[in-house]
Amino acid sequence: METKAVIEPLAQPLKEKILRQINEQVMKCYQCGKCAAGCPLAGEMDYTPNQILRLLQIGSEHTDNEVLSSYSIWLCLTCDTCHSRCPQEVDFPHIMDFLRGEAIKRNKIHPKAKEIIAFHKSFLESIESNGRLNEVELTMRYKLKTLNLLQDIGLAPKMFAKGKLEILPHKIKGKDAIARIFANALKETDDE
Amino acid sequence: MNKVGYFPGCSLSGTAKEYHLSLLEIAKIAGVDIIELEDWNCCGATAAHSLASTLAVALPARNLAIAEKMQLTDVLVPCAACYSRLAQAKYEMKINEKYKTLIPQLIEMDYNGTVTPLTVLDFIQKYLIDNLSDKFVNKINAKFACYYGCLLTRPEHLSTIERREDPQIMEEIIAKAQAKSIDWAYKVECCGAGLSMTRTDIVGKLSARILNDAQMRGADAVVVACPMCHSNLDMRRPEINQNLEFKTDIPILYITQVLGLALGINPKNLGLDKHFVSTQRLISKVEKITVEV
Repeated sequence: METKAVIEPLAQPLKEKILRQINEQVMKCYQCGKCAAGCPLAGEMDYTPNQILRLLQIGSEHTDNEVLSSYSIWLCLTCDTCHSRCPQEVDFPHIMDFLRGEAIKRNKIHPKAKEIIAFHKSFLESIESNGRLNEVELTMRYKLKTLNLLQDIGLAPKMFAKGKLEILPHKIKGKDAIARIFANALKETDDE
Repeated sequence: MNKVGYFPGCSLSGTAKEYHLSLLEIAKIAGVDIIELEDWNCCGATAAHSLASTLAVALPARNLAIAEKMQLTDVLVPCAACYSRLAQAKYEMKINEKYKTLIPQLIEMDYNGTVTPLTVLDFIQKYLIDNLSDKFVNKINAKFACYYGCLLTRPEHLSTIERREDPQIMEEIIAKAQAKSIDWAYKVECCGAGLSMTRTDIVGKLSARILNDAQMRGADAVVVACPMCHSNLDMRRPEINQNLEFKTDIPILYITQVLGLALGINPKNLGLDKHFVSTQRLISKVEKITVEV
């Protein structure tokens, strides 16, 4: 009689989703380490870029989890030094953008990344309501979200004196169109 | 008169006003007509591409569509970060079938891909420098460290710069204004822009390495072509100095301000009084070119 091995269906490894959704192949990395050598943030990261790629290559639930809950994915500045020097042309910043989105979807956000996300959200909220960024509004929103109320408090008067701060946001005429772009584009991202 | 579209982006109407002012001044002297896009919107910057991929294409795409509607073909995008977003949106709409139909629906506008975003360096090369060559009346007796940072040189598919690890275009531009530049090691390193508010300590560290090298190699000023680089290197000076063994007061100038000084424009009209780090010492090194008889 034929016996069949029963294999538990595994969660799809991130590397497959990365290949399918953004067409990047983590398997191309052969660990030369040029990315980590050039990365301006490598010293601050919990995993260097090549280590992130290695974890993704292994593709176990544990290693995928390590990647999504890492601080590295939030520290990446998208400076593209890694990508421009990669002999295998792995577009690592592109992968990082994907991983950030995935970490949010699966709610696996590194505790120290909360402020960085709060900043990005404050930034987007300011654009959503005005069409353009207003730095005073961005700062207020960010401070309220993080309660870092006194941060950079010394900069504001000097910037104001130099005519570099607009207190009231400039609202563009097409701000309703912008609000619709936000509503529909965000739906689109969620559907992926 | 040459006509070029202009996408100032949010920084140039706020923290980087002097970049806007100096740009308009030198374009005027070159006889180039700068036409601001009507009712442009924010490109979405790092926030959009970090959190929402479709939004990160749609927001800049609306600006490209506005330029198309205004029948502009070249659009100057002086902020390197905005340039990167507009160029990336154009690229994505070319290669991604889904975006070709989805994005025009989202922005409720036609999009044909006829507009080319230009960095300030490409704009100067293409539209200004030949018209300015006989108008430089001043010589700046100073050495400049030309700083490119990330987004003017990378990623490869968006950058028009040759020799990405050691670009020369800024050096070539300021040489036409008879200004000297130094050879240095940190011209394409990252200043930390995106973390300016959330991890100011890191920005201090990264920017300190850049200014340390510029100063040690004898530069009198650093030249930039991006408002993010400028605000980090100029406004974050206390955090930078905390990371240095000495305190540096090296000024940071936009390339448009350097050209403006060589063209004899009043420093105030170039917004040189709007910097946090004083530009006075540098301004004192500007002198009229005397023609020998």
